Amino acid sequence: MLEARNLSVEFASRGRRARAVDGVNLAVGAGEIVALVGESGCGKTTLARTLLGLEKPAGGEVFYDGKPLSYKARELKAYRRRVQLVLQDPTGSLNPRQTVYEAVAEGPRIHKLPDEEKVVADALSRAGLRPPERFFLRYPHELSGGQRQRVVIAGALALNPDVLIADEPVASLDASVRGEILALLLRLRDDLGLSALVVTHDLGLAWNIADRVAVMYLGRIVESGPTEQVLQSPQHPYTKALLSVLPESPEKIVLTGEPPDPTRIPSGCRFHPRCQVVFGDCRTVPLQILPAAETQQAACHLLKLDG
Amino acid sequence: MSLLELDDVSVTYRIAGGEVPAVRGVSLALNAGEALGIVGESGSGKSSLAMAILRLLPRDARTGGRILLDGDDVLTMTWGRLRAVRWAEASIVFQGAQHGLNPVRRIGEQIAEPLLVHKLAGPEKARRRVAELLDQVGLPAWRAKSYPHELSGGQRQRVMIAMALACEPRLIIADEPTTALDVMVQAQVLTLIKELVAAEDIALLMISHDLSVLADLCDRLAVMYAGRVVETGPSGGAFAHPYSRALSAAFPTIGDPASRLAPKGLGGDPPDPAELPSGCVFHPRCPVALESCSTVNIDLRPAGDRRTAACVLVGEEV
Repeated sequence: MLEARNLSVEFASRGRRARAVDGVNLAVGAGEIVALVGESGCGKTTLARTLLGLEKPAGGEVFYDGKPLSYKARELKAYRRRVQLVLQDPTGSLNPRQTVYEAVAEGPRIHKLPDEEKVVADALSRAGLRPPERFFLRYPHELSGGQRQRVVIAGALALNPDVLIADEPVASLDASVRGEILALLLRLRDDLGLSALVVTHDLGLAWNIADRVAVMYLGRIVESGPTEQVLQSPQHPYTKALLSVLPESPEKIVLTGEPPDPTRIPSGCRFHPRCQVVFGDCRTVPLQILPAAETQQAACHLLKLDG
Repeated sequence: MSLLELDDVSVTYRIAGGEVPAVRGVSLALNAGEALGIVGESGSGKSSLAMAILRLLPRDARTGGRILLDGDDVLTMTWGRLRAVRWAEASIVFQGAQHGLNPVRRIGEQIAEPLLVHKLAGPEKARRRVAELLDQVGLPAWRAKSYPHELSGGQRQRVMIAMALACEPRLIIADEPTTALDVMVQAQVLTLIKELVAAEDIALLMISHDLSVLADLCDRLAVMYAGRVVETGPSGGAFAHPYSRALSAAFPTIGDPASRLAPKGLGGDPPDPAELPSGCVFHPRCPVALESCSTVNIDLRPAGDRRTAACVLVGEEV
């Protein structure tokens, strides 16, 4: 459905080039929920923005429905009807002076959809705000955090998209409300066949809703595969470390240092300066970019030795 | 005697058109060398409670009850005594290290400030102590010359912890110390707090919305909902109150088939402190509420194994 092929995105940063996304293959199938997991600065948000056509890649391509994404204004507009973004902070992404109706109707107006009121009402009720008419004239400050996030989701649903790209959809919500929003994403998939790419730092969230998980480190996917496999028998040392610092885990592997700088990507395996099991090859021999595969795979020199 | 004793503490904010009760009758005790976690969602009153302990609340807040620090009531202390208590006996690590530091002063000066203000050290001794503190929180001594923007989020949070430790307090209050940090950096900071608390025999009062973080670090937990403690007990044990249970289910355990493709939450939202429901404040969202719950409020009652819970079902059929 939505695919990144060998995608890379660069930014200029203090006279250097930052390779925020540095060769990523990732596919989201129809009706599939994929979690893109990583620490801040790993490039996951840049990847999401590039998939939406908000950033132009420096290399590689975004494919949608088998066709490469065109950056002509008209085609991009049509594309954005099919692929919608849900932002992380509903308080920041809603205009405080707009009613719920106006906020949800904005997309349908831009795309000149007929029957605006019905479109808005349907979107609100699919996002779990029922009866929708009761919410039409409310302002964001009159709603709770969970309701605001539902309004943002309704705004995305109003265009009847095929894919949702959700950037930390529950990070700003209370724990007890979080589950309800995640359940909504699952229900939208089941009822409407919606695909979703959920960008998150939260592995528990991935366990809760994702079919597949892709773990990103410094601009690359270092491990991907079905959620059960990646989270229960991780192959890459970075995935292992991420899982080990969860509270329920008995033995913690706390990596020292901070996520490194995309303007200075280490030679060889880019994870080697923080890796617990590093050996000779890791420092010098670069790893191949992982293809977009369904099965579990990891970019690590140690795995090649085993295989 | 406990190091910190909260006795029927309440915090009420005066706003235009009335009063909002943020904390309603909280009693808790914390011994030296013990770690107590307070978990709650936004609006549960946990941060108001933390601020009240050192009288850091804004002027429109009124605090009631008694807050005994080493037997001394913080609420009736003179300003002079209170200034001596802050930092020297009890210090606080705020959430959001990005805003807790002065951006135009070197971090060494900022760590030394409480030492100089409290006249615990002269300039030379303070410099040595800063180097010692930076080492304790895992930063190189030359970092004293850095400005906050030169540090990463995790490093800034370490600086905040160094500041809190500067005057060797006996109590540290940590309000969401790791919330803005990445998982790996969060793990680094939590490990650091754990080691320091154990090594220095400091009492820790840690406040968070993240139950999993607290369960890992604290000996005991108190769960707050709508300004009240609804459950206290040793961490690690099974919860008795339906709210604590729902909260705990909201943090899935990876590998647990029950939560796979089944996120769990509670219907509804935490109540607005200005319009609290009658009876048990949790009843509108409670999955096991009885008819009486909408009218009768239950106080904390024994719920087995050093546990108390404020629920009508506790101690009867559970």
